[in-house]
Amino acid sequence: MSTVDRTHSFYEEQAANRRKTAFLIGAFLVLFAALGYGFDWFFGLSMRAHGGGLGFPLPVFCLIGFGLGALSTLSSYFNGDRQVLNATGAKPADPNAPEQKQLLNVVDEMRVASGLPPLPVYVVPDPDPNAFAVGRDPQHASIAVTQGLLDTLNREELQGVIGHELSHVRNLDIRTMTLVAALYGGIVLLSDMGARSMRWGGRLGGRGGRGGRGGGILFLVLWLFLLFLAPILGQLMALAVSRSREYDADASSAEMTRDPLGLASALRKIDAATEPTRSIGRGAAHLCIADPRGRELNGGESGWANLWGTHPPIQKRIALLESMAGVVSSEPAESTVRAAMAGGPIG
Amino acid sequence: MFFPLLVLGLIAVVILWVIGLYNGLVALRNQVANAWKQIDVQLKRRHDLIPNLVNTVKGMMKFEQDTLERVMQARAKAVSAVGVQAKGQAEGELTQTLGRLFAVMEAYPDFKSNQNAIQLQEELTSTENKISFARQFYNDLVMRFNTQQQTFPTNLFAASMGFKAAEFLEIADADRAVPVVDLSTGAPVAPAQPPAAAAS
Repeated sequence: MSTVDRTHSFYEEQAANRRKTAFLIGAFLVLFAALGYGFDWFFGLSMRAHGGGLGFPLPVFCLIGFGLGALSTLSSYFNGDRQVLNATGAKPADPNAPEQKQLLNVVDEMRVASGLPPLPVYVVPDPDPNAFAVGRDPQHASIAVTQGLLDTLNREELQGVIGHELSHVRNLDIRTMTLVAALYGGIVLLSDMGARSMRWGGRLGGRGGRGGRGGGILFLVLWLFLLFLAPILGQLMALAVSRSREYDADASSAEMTRDPLGLASALRKIDAATEPTRSIGRGAAHLCIADPRGRELNGGESGWANLWGTHPPIQKRIALLESMAGVVSSEPAESTVRAAMAGGPIG
Repeated sequence: MFFPLLVLGLIAVVILWVIGLYNGLVALRNQVANAWKQIDVQLKRRHDLIPNLVNTVKGMMKFEQDTLERVMQARAKAVSAVGVQAKGQAEGELTQTLGRLFAVMEAYPDFKSNQNAIQLQEELTSTENKISFARQFYNDLVMRFNTQQQTFPTNLFAASMGFKAAEFLEIADADRAVPVVDLSTGAPVAPAQPPAAAAS
């Protein structure tokens, strides 16, 4: 599964990841609609019941669920950048310190390469190498790297990482992830409402009155089952969107630097630093270059880690970047990952 | 009654669609022009930085006066060059002489302890990178602009609306032959050019 058996350009890579994100968001909307319409159907609250001339029912619960979900993300959408930067203790990069001046220069270079407007750059006093971008659009974006990243990476590797972060800004990934968070919030809300109404007992079948129709009970059972699974399903889908955005940012970084091997080498070094990035909270994980929780979630190639990570397995990202540079990894990445998990050296 | 309305609606849709195409092409054309100006901004910065660097390292590089001389000459030529062709050639030569100067500087132990020179070298390295990234961005935009014009259905209108294909920025042959000298890390620069990305 993880063997990269051919080289491909970052253009192909970007197109594939954008299709994947669009598909996942579509699946999110379908799940959301299924839950919301189910409420309307079984509680008899749809506009059809009140005789509006509409050919289809107004999705009352869908709108309520999405509205509340969106409300809960509003604050983080508009102030999330300040919140994250303050929580991590990030300080503006100092142009008089040579190391940080180089960081500012590299950000400027990648900005020229991507055509983005100037943006503030911060340094987080944390020894673990990591980096993140915040801000709802390019005009409100900021970028931050840890001191550990500056200490660990050389210029080319830093370029790759900054390219990755600026890609999140340019590709409007923060907007995408906010939409996903709103949908997920709505799904959790609907599922919660379902669970509560179950506790009231009996109301579902009695009031709805549609259960009598053929197949009605079957639909009800299926819907309840979906309602029960929805929170976990939604979370897995949100994580899948996050991973598709990560692959896309890797490919876009290669587009900016034309040097995918620089980022690949940076990821190797970041992977080798097994400590978690303590200053970065879970909420900002999907904005980082690598999952701030450290090795256990970055390295795992097992299906399990694959499902639960905000980021794809680092070995797979490296293999894909190498394939963009024309390097075909002949050896299946699985074995290297096993070695890594066993504490052995990685290639 | 219904039929004329349908025809009118269709005409309106087609007009709106052509307006959208036209505005999209205009936006891209302006982006291409802006990207071109950005290259000039970086070249100007390089011209401004070079005298500072040369003056700083002059004292410690007694045996390399002709290398410095060549850099200053190439700079003077680049500053005074007129026309895209001549400018491109002069800037290409300047890139080469600078690369040689950087390589030579590494051999001087004095240089490594001179904070000022190190900082100037970082600034010039960054400016060199920005020049090539600005060129790359320009070429990427040219590719998008031209692809937009040449693909169906835009190709039906583009020429009659006065749009022309923009020109790619070619790299001078002399530049191509010279390997990239990168002193910031000592690591060899990866020849990472995915085949599809060979635009610049």
